[in-house]
Amino acid sequence: MTLTGAQILVEELIRHGTDTVFGYPGGAVLDIYDELYKNAKRLRHIIAAHEQGAAHAADGYARVSDKPGVVIATSGPGATNLVTGIANAYLDSVPLIAITGNVAVPLLGKDSFQEVDVVGITQLIVKHNFIVREVNELESVITEAFALAMSGRRGPVLIDIPKSVQKARCEYSGNCRSFYAPRQIKPELDQAFEAIKSCRRPYIYCGGGVIAAHAEKEVLKLSERLSAPIGLSMMGLTAIPNSYPLNLGMCGMHGKYASSVAQSEADLMIAVGVRFSDRATGNLEEYTKKCTVVHIDIDEAELGKNIPSIIEVCGDAKQILSRLLDELPKKENTEWTKSILEWKKKDVCDDLTSFTPGNIIGCVKEFCKPDTVVATDVGQHQMWVMQYYPFEKPRTLLTSGGLGTMGYGLGAAIGGCVASSGAETVLFTGDGSFGMNLNELATAVSQRLPILIILMNNGVLGMVRQWQDMFYEKRYSSTTLGRKTDFVALAKAFGADGCTVDSLHALRGVLESGIPHDGPFLVECKIDMDAKVFPMIPPGGSVKEIRLGGEDR
Amino acid sequence: MIERFTVGLIVNNRHGVLNRIAGLYGKRGYNIDSLSVGETEDPRYSRMTIVSSGDIYIQTQVIRQLNKLYDVKSAVILDKSGSISVEHLLIKLKINGNGNNGITALINEYGGKVLHLCDQFIIADITGSPERIQAFIDQSKSLGIYELCRSGALALSTDIKNTLQITYETKQGENEDGTDVL
Repeated sequence: MTLTGAQILVEELIRHGTDTVFGYPGGAVLDIYDELYKNAKRLRHIIAAHEQGAAHAADGYARVSDKPGVVIATSGPGATNLVTGIANAYLDSVPLIAITGNVAVPLLGKDSFQEVDVVGITQLIVKHNFIVREVNELESVITEAFALAMSGRRGPVLIDIPKSVQKARCEYSGNCRSFYAPRQIKPELDQAFEAIKSCRRPYIYCGGGVIAAHAEKEVLKLSERLSAPIGLSMMGLTAIPNSYPLNLGMCGMHGKYASSVAQSEADLMIAVGVRFSDRATGNLEEYTKKCTVVHIDIDEAELGKNIPSIIEVCGDAKQILSRLLDELPKKENTEWTKSILEWKKKDVCDDLTSFTPGNIIGCVKEFCKPDTVVATDVGQHQMWVMQYYPFEKPRTLLTSGGLGTMGYGLGAAIGGCVASSGAETVLFTGDGSFGMNLNELATAVSQRLPILIILMNNGVLGMVRQWQDMFYEKRYSSTTLGRKTDFVALAKAFGADGCTVDSLHALRGVLESGIPHDGPFLVECKIDMDAKVFPMIPPGGSVKEIRLGGEDR
Repeated sequence: MIERFTVGLIVNNRHGVLNRIAGLYGKRGYNIDSLSVGETEDPRYSRMTIVSSGDIYIQTQVIRQLNKLYDVKSAVILDKSGSISVEHLLIKLKINGNGNNGITALINEYGGKVLHLCDQFIIADITGSPERIQAFIDQSKSLGIYELCRSGALALSTDIKNTLQITYETKQGENEDGTDVL
C-alpha cells in the first residue's frame, strides 16, 4: 500500500502502541496534523500551551505508563522549545520520541524560514536522533526509534521529518522490524557473590533503573534475605513501599538521616540501577570509605564512572538479582537491624500541627490513594515531597531529577494524569517553578484533567535562597521575588478554580469539601519564607557534616 | 597515569557521524590529539582512529561511552604493544641554490616519495610512526619548509583476529538481506 510520509508516521505510532501524543502544530508539521485530524479516533492528540510543556507531558506520560511518550513540534522555534524537555528525559532515562517537522529537503541548510538544525542541537541530549531525507526510510527509522528508546538504558530519540518527506509517497509494509540491540555483556557475578556472602552490614542503594527493569520485588526479596536496609535515589523513590520497615527513604544531600548514616556505616553497598549523582554521594572519598560497592547497572558506561574501584555487574537488574537470590543464603543481623531502626527514629517529625511543608504534604496524602500520581516541580517543595510523601507504588512520582528543571511539574502532571486514564493527580509546586510554565493550566482546563495543584508560596526562590543563607552570608541576590501574583485569580482566569489556605485545618476543610473532578484546582498554601530543607549534607560534604535543622536533634 | 592512547572504531558511513563522535569527546571533556577516518572495504562502514590522552579511567570511559552510540559498531583501545600506528606527511620543501641533493637524500633516508618537483620546491610524501614523522620535520626545518600537511594516526592491531570485528553478517541498522535500514 502506498502512503504519504505523514500517513506512515501516524500508522507507525499506532503500530508501536501509541494512543496519545502531545504537541503543538505549525507550518512544518501541517501534513502530520492533517493526518492526526483524520485519525483522531485512533490517536489522541493533546495540544499544549508551549512545546516545552508538551515535552514534559510526554515525559510524565512515559514515566507513568511504562511506554514511550510522544511529542510533536514544528520546525525552528517549535523544535528549540523541546530542547529542555528532551534534556530532562535524557538525564532521567525516560523513553521519549520527539518528532519535529523541518523545512523541505531542498531548503535544508539554507537558513530557510523556521529552519534550525535540531539534529545538531540535540545530538548530545538524545540516545540518537535521525533526520529522514527519503520517505522510504521513514518506516524503518520510526521502528528503530521506538526500539532504541525502550532498550537497554532508556532515553529520548528525536526524528526530524522535513515537510517534503511528509508529503512524499512510498510503499508502506506495516511490519518493519528493528534489529537494534544494545551491546550484551555477560554479567560476572562471582565477585559479587563473595562480597555479599562475607559482608556484615549490607545496604541496598536502589535507583530508577530498578523501576525501569521491573525489579522492585527482587530488591525487596534481597533486602529480606540479607536483612539489608534500602536507601533510595530520587528516581528510585517509588520502587520500594514507604511502609516497608527497612526502607530508609531517599539518601544524599537532602535524604533522610537514617538513609545517609546507614550508608556511611555499611560494609557493603549493593547499588542497583543508580548512577551515583553528585547530589547523592557528596564527598566521594568519604562516601565509600568503609564499604565495598557492588554496582549493578544495564549501562556499562555507568560502572566506575563516578565511583572507582567497584565490583561491576553489567546487565538487567531483574535477571541479575534473581540469580543472586537463587544462591544467597539468609542472613540474620540483629545488631545491624537494631541500629537501623534506632537511626530511623531521628527521621520522625514531632510537630504535626503547624502549617509546615511536611505537614501540608502529609495532609494532602490523607486524601490520596496509593496509586495517585504525584508530580513536583523543582526546589524546596520537591525535596519536601521526597522526604515527607509516603510513596507506596512504583511509577507514582514524576519529578525532574538529573536536570532539575523548574517548570517541569505541570506539564508532567498533565501527562501523568492522561496516562492514568484521567485519575486525580497531584502537583506540588512552588511559586518560582509554577511561574515558569503556568500556561499549561490552559491545557489542563481544556482537557478537563483533575489535577490538584498544591502551590507552596513563600514569595522567594526558596532553594537558592537557602544556599544564599547557608553559604553566601544571607546575601539574597535576586531570590526575593516581590511579586504580587494572585494565583487563585490566575487559576480562575485560565478557567480553573482555586483557593488560598494558611492552616492545616483550612487545607483539610478544602480537601474534605471536595474539589472538582473535571479540571484543575489550585490550593495556594502560604508558607514561611525561611522554611528550610533539612536534613542537608553540604555540597561535597559527607554524613559527618549533616545538618538536621534548627538545633541538630 | 596519563598516557596517549589510540582508539579504533568501526562506525556507520553516514553524514553526521564524525560530529557525534567528536561531540562525545567534547562533552566528556576529553581532548582529541588526532583523528583520521576513511571508508572500509565495506562501504557501509568507516574506520576511525582517534588518538587522545588520559589515564585508565578516561580510557575505559571513552570506550564505554563510544560503544553506546548508535552509529558505533565497535570501539576498542589499540594498545601500543599489540598494534602498529603510522602517520602520513605531505611536505613542500624549498629548493635552494645548491639544487635538491640534500633534500632527496633526506627523503630517501626516511623512505619517502617525491610527488612533485619544480624549480622552487619539492613535494614529498613520508609515512611512518608519529615520532619518525616528527624527526623528519625537525630535520627539514633547516632546508626551508613552505608548508606541510600531516594526517592523524592510522592504526591496526598486529593480532591475527579482526579486532574491530567487522563482519558481513546482519548488524543493527541492517535488514536481513544485508541492505542498510537507513
